[in-house]
Amino acid sequence: MIEAIFFYLFSAILVLSALMVITAKNPVHAVLFLILAFFNAAALFVMLGAEFIAMTLVIVYVGAVAVLFLFVVMMLDINFAALRKGMKKHLPVGGAVGLLLLGELLWIYKSWTPSMFAEQSAASPMPEGVTNTHALGQVLYTQYLYPFETAGLILLVAMIGAITLTLRRRGDVRRQNVSDQVARNPKDVIKVVKVASGAGVEL
Amino acid sequence: MMLSNIGMTHFLCLSAVLFTLGVFGIFLNRRNVIIILMSIELMLLAVQINFVTFSARLHDLTGQVFAMFVLTVAAAEAAIGLAILVCFFRNKDSIAVEDISTLKG
Repeated sequence: MIEAIFFYLFSAILVLSALMVITAKNPVHAVLFLILAFFNAAALFVMLGAEFIAMTLVIVYVGAVAVLFLFVVMMLDINFAALRKGMKKHLPVGGAVGLLLLGELLWIYKSWTPSMFAEQSAASPMPEGVTNTHALGQVLYTQYLYPFETAGLILLVAMIGAITLTLRRRGDVRRQNVSDQVARNPKDVIKVVKVASGAGVEL
Repeated sequence: MMLSNIGMTHFLCLSAVLFTLGVFGIFLNRRNVIIILMSIELMLLAVQINFVTFSARLHDLTGQVFAMFVLTVAAAEAAIGLAILVCFFRNKDSIAVEDISTLKG
């Protein structure tokens, strides 16, 4: 009973905040509602017994992704009112596609049950008597080692990509260029001139 | 698992609603790239709920492992997407989707 109450509480807040994310006038509010949605999703994951994913969700989404969004929204000087112009026009088409998709998904879920052999053919069955984090660690570093390494590689590529995309050389700022300084050869830049008395020097 | 008391269908329906809201958000905010990126995050969250629900129902950890990979991809996608957005805003002083047509040729 109490679980049902909590499930409906969390999922109601999740759906409402998701609705606010896509309809909020102020994008800062949209990001804050996104954070609320992530927190409620994490609570639902705890209810499902996936504590590690729940905590990772809070750390990664709220701590990194949402803050990144907040930074970008606040840093860029964007006229958001102009961007909302065509909203009413897109409402019927978007609503129709959304309702169609929702109807299809709910129709599938209503009439679908997993096979009775599905549990026996689990790729990595949950071990008894260990915590969720322990069990996840046991399969993540053995059975799923290569996908895990690939995930790390994806993050590395994303990091390098983000840095190269946003790094820029500004013309109006004079920076110290160490390699140029080190590569400077005295022979090329210094000229010793014998000056005849009374004559000038040609520079 | 506590799932027995609530039922898998509830969680699956919740995830379906969340995914639909993400799709709807893309349609509704056709001009605003930031909100579109947030809608994609919502859709990925719905996918994660699906993965974890099946993981709990079938007592199979694979779903949770893949939820972690979805998390990785979501983080990478947000970082790259926002970097492109910042880059584009510097050049064009706008983030409206219809202005992003330089690659059209």
